[in-house]
Amino acid sequence: MNLWQGAVLMSVYFPHKKLPYLLVLPQLVITLIFFLWPAEQAFEQAFYQEDAFGLSREFVGFDNFVYLFNDPQYYKSIWVTLVFSFSVAFSGLAIALWLAVMADRVIRGKLTYQTLLVWPYAVAPALAGVLWWLLFDPSMGPIALWLQYFGVDWNHFLNGDQAMTLVVISATWKQISYNFLFFLAGLQAVPRSLIEAASIDGASPFKRFWTIVFPLLSPTTFFLLVINLVYAFFDTFGVIDATTQGGPGVSTATMVYKVFNDGFIGLDMGSSAAQSVVLMFLVGVMTVIQFRYIERKVEY
Amino acid sequence: MYKLKLASAVIGFSIASSGFAATDIEWWHAMGGANGEKVNEIAKAFNDSQDAYTVKPVYKGNYTETMTSAIAAFRAKKQPHIVQVFEVGTASMMSAKGAIYPVYELMRESGQSFDQRGFLSAVTGYYSDQEGNMLSMPFNSSTPVLYYNKDLFAKAGIKTPPTTWEEMESVSQKLLDNGVKCGFTTAWQSWVQLENFSARQNIPFASEANGFGGLDTKLTFNGPLQVAHIEKMSEWQQNGIFSYGGRRSDSAPKFYSQECAMFMNSSAGYAGIKKNAKFDFGVSQLPYQGSAISEPKNTIIGGASLWVLQGHKKEEYKGVASFLSFLSRAEVQADWHQFSGYLPITRAAYDLTKGQGFYAQNVGTETGVLQMTSGTPTANSKGLRLGNFVQIRDIINEELEGVWAGQKSAQAALDEAVKRGNVLLRKFERANK
Repeated sequence: MNLWQGAVLMSVYFPHKKLPYLLVLPQLVITLIFFLWPAEQAFEQAFYQEDAFGLSREFVGFDNFVYLFNDPQYYKSIWVTLVFSFSVAFSGLAIALWLAVMADRVIRGKLTYQTLLVWPYAVAPALAGVLWWLLFDPSMGPIALWLQYFGVDWNHFLNGDQAMTLVVISATWKQISYNFLFFLAGLQAVPRSLIEAASIDGASPFKRFWTIVFPLLSPTTFFLLVINLVYAFFDTFGVIDATTQGGPGVSTATMVYKVFNDGFIGLDMGSSAAQSVVLMFLVGVMTVIQFRYIERKVEY
Repeated sequence: MYKLKLASAVIGFSIASSGFAATDIEWWHAMGGANGEKVNEIAKAFNDSQDAYTVKPVYKGNYTETMTSAIAAFRAKKQPHIVQVFEVGTASMMSAKGAIYPVYELMRESGQSFDQRGFLSAVTGYYSDQEGNMLSMPFNSSTPVLYYNKDLFAKAGIKTPPTTWEEMESVSQKLLDNGVKCGFTTAWQSWVQLENFSARQNIPFASEANGFGGLDTKLTFNGPLQVAHIEKMSEWQQNGIFSYGGRRSDSAPKFYSQECAMFMNSSAGYAGIKKNAKFDFGVSQLPYQGSAISEPKNTIIGGASLWVLQGHKKEEYKGVASFLSFLSRAEVQADWHQFSGYLPITRAAYDLTKGQGFYAQNVGTETGVLQMTSGTPTANSKGLRLGNFVQIRDIINEELEGVWAGQKSAQAALDEAVKRGNVLLRKFERANK
């Protein structure tokens, strides 16, 4: 049963025609002012080229887009974005789920353990980036020196894959806390009776997890998947700006970092707006795919 | 996000500018930490010196944040009187003719006595128009120098720091032979290894006098000397003479940890090195290509200058003018120079600092000044005036990293950087016609 069928079954008859609209009005106004209006502005800006101060403005049609799609670097950044976003979402979910399952089983000192795991969420993304940046500094970072001791030639200033690993770790690290909280709450909602019944039937802990707990967690997992992908697509330019700045080469220049960098640092409003339109479109398509195909597998 | 910044700028401004008898002058700057406190001190000294105007310094974050918020504020007609803009933003500011109030005009129209000849031409050249009129007031300027580890030099039996790139190679080799892991590293690779390299060798970085001559400028840093230099560095990257340590000044730890014996970085990095280096270090001038030239030209500055924005009352501009005059006083300048490590911008401030014995007590602090003031700046060493330059530097970073990683030849990388950079220059030309 999916959400829509559920809503139909549970629908209640409201005698007032206007009241429901009045009740959703604040939400609509907020959406309009903070989401649709800026989106419309970005859309409009994408067809203009103007100087930083807005003193002159020229309609250039699709020039900004043509320029983008003639730039081989832009295709690279799309690829970088996909690798980065899926790595962040996957590792963030996997590690958080593992930690949550472990934390759920802890009996003594449970609260301390859970609190400590939530802490990293309070750290600002850029700061988290700098923290990992220092730990992995090829000349001074303890982790890098330790890796070098084991024969791994760690130098993210030159090695693009290593730089990508580093930004993925920085971006994932703080998101783990967030995922952890939701997973823990999800786990606690799994009825004990089901698990106990399974154990009486002789199911191993691993089997119990895969056949009972994991499917029952699927609404949480799906919600977190969407949230994490959106986070990785949009909220991570701070991490990248504070660490690699997109380098070495363009190996960590994600699309949103380019939007930020070209718009706010390069002051090229037209291209930045065109890029954000492309990004909006891409994430829109992805969200539709997620809701249409992945959500079908979710048990509510 | 843009809207948000705009809104916060507006709110910040309206709160800051209410209810004072004296005329308020808003000054947005990007000086955090100790330098920020010094900025407040300077403003206070000016405010105490007269009653007509109150200068209010507002810290707006780093250079890009400060510039972006000033631009957002200008679009909302809530701009500050003075804003500090970094050197690579110069072309954007200059082209915004309706937005800026050139300093020379401001001084003339406010009746301030203002003599441009007192300023160091290597500094003001960067911020002047073709006729030599100062458009903005230099505030904090720096130039790249060579820092070297005296302890490692002594261990390897080297007496003097290298002055040419040829010596860089031989000295580094000697260091490597004596167990040092790397000869040198560099911060700000585009600024030091291409922009300043070109200036020092007196070869153009871009056509039309490095962009001073017009918006139709094209990049030319893929010339034979620059290519040879980058090629050499790529070879050095492989054999340990050079070791790349990242963008901006991320390479500093290589010098602090004594992995690299030499480090090319901004003269304003002096205080940081003094704090972090657990060894005796020296400061020397940036090397030049001995095989190509016998005498190097001056280096180009980095840092920031103060731009005056349009749209305020005449009376307020009088205050701005008198504050800028105050700023360029020798004692104010000398104090700022000695405190922050930025270069002095007037001849008088330099002489005063020298007279106070500051350079004798802090060996190495004079190197940048000497290097920057040696000889008369040429069209190639006056500075750079290129639009979209922040992004062009990104492109250069990307391409050079391909060279250091051994994926690209120097020629191919610089050709590609020039090609990609020129596209951005044409975009800027089109947007600022």
